[in-house]
Amino acid sequence: MVAAVATPPVLNDVSQDRARWKYLDNILTRRGPFTDEQCNPGPDLIETLSKAKVLVIGAGGLGCEILKNLALSGFKDIHVIDMDTIDVSNLNRQFLFRAADVGKPKASVAAAFVERRVKGVSITSHCGKIQDMDEEYYKQFQVVICGLDSIEARRWINATLVGMVDMDDPDSLKPMVDGGTEGFKGQARVIFPSMTSCFECQLDMHAPRAAVPLCTLATIPRQPQHCIEWAHIIAWEAERKEDILDTDDPAHITWLYEKANARAAEFGIAGVTYSMTQGVVKNIIPAIASTNAIIAAACCNEAFKIVTNGIASYMGLENNYMMYTGDGDSGVYTYTFLHEKKDDCPVCGNLARNMEINSELTLEEFIEGLAERPEAQLKKPTIRTEEKSLYYQAPPALEEQTRPNLKRKIKELLEDGEEIAVSDPAFQIDFKFKMVFSS
Amino acid sequence: MADVVTPPPLHGPTSKEKKYDRQLRLWAASGQAALEEAHILLINSGTGTVGVEALKNLVLPGIGNFTILDSATVTEADLGVNFFLEDTSLGKFRAGECCKYLQELNPDVKGNFISEPLETFVAKPNVLQPFTHILITAPIALEILEKISNDARFQSRPVFYVHCVGFYAQLSLQLPDAFPIVDTHPDPEKMTDLRILWPFRELREFAARKTKDLGSMNDHDHGHVPYVLLLLHYLSIWKSQHNGRPPQNYKEKTEFRELVRSGTRRDNPEGGEENFDEAVGAVLKSLNLSEPSSAIKEIFDSAECCINEVQRTNFWIITRAVKTFHQQHGSLPLPGSLPDMKAQSKDYIELQNVYKAKARKDVAEVLSHARKLEKGVERLPPADPEISEKEVEAFCKNAGFIKLIRGRPLKILKPKEMLKWGRSAKSASNALTNPDSLMPLHLAFLAYDSFSAAHAPDGHIATPQAPGASDFETDAQKMTGIVETLIDDLLRQARKFIEDPEYSEIKDSTAKIAQEMTRAGGAELHNIASLTGGIVAQEVIKVITKQYVPVDNVCLVDGVQSKTSVLKL
Repeated sequence: MVAAVATPPVLNDVSQDRARWKYLDNILTRRGPFTDEQCNPGPDLIETLSKAKVLVIGAGGLGCEILKNLALSGFKDIHVIDMDTIDVSNLNRQFLFRAADVGKPKASVAAAFVERRVKGVSITSHCGKIQDMDEEYYKQFQVVICGLDSIEARRWINATLVGMVDMDDPDSLKPMVDGGTEGFKGQARVIFPSMTSCFECQLDMHAPRAAVPLCTLATIPRQPQHCIEWAHIIAWEAERKEDILDTDDPAHITWLYEKANARAAEFGIAGVTYSMTQGVVKNIIPAIASTNAIIAAACCNEAFKIVTNGIASYMGLENNYMMYTGDGDSGVYTYTFLHEKKDDCPVCGNLARNMEINSELTLEEFIEGLAERPEAQLKKPTIRTEEKSLYYQAPPALEEQTRPNLKRKIKELLEDGEEIAVSDPAFQIDFKFKMVFSS
Repeated sequence: MADVVTPPPLHGPTSKEKKYDRQLRLWAASGQAALEEAHILLINSGTGTVGVEALKNLVLPGIGNFTILDSATVTEADLGVNFFLEDTSLGKFRAGECCKYLQELNPDVKGNFISEPLETFVAKPNVLQPFTHILITAPIALEILEKISNDARFQSRPVFYVHCVGFYAQLSLQLPDAFPIVDTHPDPEKMTDLRILWPFRELREFAARKTKDLGSMNDHDHGHVPYVLLLLHYLSIWKSQHNGRPPQNYKEKTEFRELVRSGTRRDNPEGGEENFDEAVGAVLKSLNLSEPSSAIKEIFDSAECCINEVQRTNFWIITRAVKTFHQQHGSLPLPGSLPDMKAQSKDYIELQNVYKAKARKDVAEVLSHARKLEKGVERLPPADPEISEKEVEAFCKNAGFIKLIRGRPLKILKPKEMLKWGRSAKSASNALTNPDSLMPLHLAFLAYDSFSAAHAPDGHIATPQAPGASDFETDAQKMTGIVETLIDDLLRQARKFIEDPEYSEIKDSTAKIAQEMTRAGGAELHNIASLTGGIVAQEVIKVITKQYVPVDNVCLVDGVQSKTSVLKL
């Protein structure tokens, strides 16, 4: 049960002085009551950890924390990808950046900072999109940790990692650890692609905000947000069509704010502010350092337990999802549970997913609704059945050829229970849906 | 009040608003101002990471001041766990080095450090005076902890006592005897109070006027009557058919729902009406009396609210004013907000104004009660500033959701003493048999403190020694012994008898946790220190801003099972 490893660590490849890692080594060299049988505390484990190549996706609020945490958890070979540059509103939580760094790429600044602070750690940065990298690239890592705010990017990497799994090659299975935050809340999850519930299985946990109907914006606004959306969607298009709206340009936001404000005054609606305008237009999610710290550390703790082969039990098969709430009635609340894999998951399942639909809708209305349906969230879908092409977004010739279908009703195009395949330029896979008519 | 005001000519956000944009959306300018007023003392010890990580999360959002008290000098081992040190820090005071690298994060924050030993520091008089909040990390000599805990209670300074060992952590809060929170940020949906069952006169009249010609309206108008008015309209029909009584139970409510549904016009192109759908959907949740929760009633019944004693704080004066309002009207002041619903702009705004006007009227009434009370009580210094209308307005908006936490002293287990559980014995022993609770982990931390204090080298109380620091197996056995005694003591004090096999299972699982804790040898794992530092910072922010509900009073973190649990002890 309790058995310390008696021999002093004989380190071959990791021959550097372990004095610095005295605290970590207490855990890495001793077997505890929750250590997995597969795990062998001692020098080999220290070496395993220092040789493990890990990928961090995102160098923002979560990413900064993740890089620091991995570097101080014994990882030596860390890679990081991020396409963003540093903005002043990042400085309240992205602690590897200073005011002088505004405008520089996040990935390289973050990597250089952590390398400087934690000696002996190598961090390779890549400033660009995850979609630019191929399977060969992702194959080199032992675990992938995501600290992203984009659902789309997480769906992409999830589908890529699921697609890479080769049943004959255990090395092809790359555990994915994913974190997300919003205000005082967040979640950390572990995905063993093809084995456990994947990001796509859990997509409905991220239901998009319901859009306000256009007619409300156009004719009967009631809330300050309606006036802002009107300025954003309708007024800009009508009055400044030639300019491309840049939501980071204060002059553009100011214009929208003033438009929204004038409209609010016209309808007697109170409450439009500059800050609200910015929030609605950029879809800003509140973010604070402490929540990032909690979620990033929860993710890195799982990665550490996984890469050490169970130095203590990790999330995966028995539970795989931890929800954290810091703004509830009891102060701090976590719910750690097993999210079940779905047979009809378009990414890791093999059945088409049922989709209930009103067959009186036109194909166009159905397509518009796909962006909002929690189980689909597809913005530019191309749709076909086994026999026919219903609508193609591209190439132009096919688009033109299929365009007349847009005005036709679903019931004229499909049978009740028929399967459709939906593809979207944001994703590399087809989503299969079984259309079930509700009326 | 929030009517339409022409905004001042636009100057964009200030540089501070830009930097803090993502957090101002949570705690607003008032919360930010409170943060900037605060001065946190971190009493750091042991491997020293969790407290520094917590400070990182407080420096970034712009806490006013922090001071680190730590007499340790930086060793090689510190560099492997603490991010706010560099190689050049070796041999220097840890307090000074951490302070320097934390301060870099935010030029708006003032950092200070004290490298004096804790024993001599706390021996001086009024030493806690400059600090608003005190953060202590274990291990600490328990006599000193007790002294700080007592002094802080006397001065109403909140204390946060943090353990972080291996995969485990614990945060214990010692809040002042009465810690009220007005701005608890409840779910907006829960806050909606439409008074459907018990409409005030203005609302009743407005609804009657707007739904008078419901039957003869054209389709467009009919499809845009706000659902609140539809519910009120059908309710008056229902009452006229049921001797003036509203639907009483679930069965009647579903019948009422059918009555509302039957009003939907379906001969239009849409084949239905959205406003009627909204009304049907709202029946079950809207047809309830807005009774104050038992927590609110408890606050009304508390001594501070009943006895005509000297009232120093605005909170109690306003609470008494609201209590008087409740006694007179049978309801709390109206919050006054109206959710969005299908409606014409004009009708919606009119309806919104009906609610707002009533809310303002209620605020005025509460304010006048409060003013009278204010005059009648003797306000001893330090008294709050005179009650403002804004304060009463904020209170009335949240009246149904105010929260009062009764701070309790930290539980400290000294070697060779028995812990007195007092009134928490029952809940603690119940938690022990609840598999979802992390009570065993709490016992292990009590044992950890007791062990450390008993093993201070040379009887030097300021440098406690952690279990497992050198002899893992022997210490694990000792820790197991301590937790087993703790379990038996607790059960005896709670007069609870647990039969085997449950009794043995509890002992075994608690022993396992004590052993896992011993494995770390007093060391922090950076991930757990960082996670806990995040939780500590969230709690400190909530306590400083008096917004959101803080932990009452112990939060445990289990990094093996990836979960947390809160205990009230």
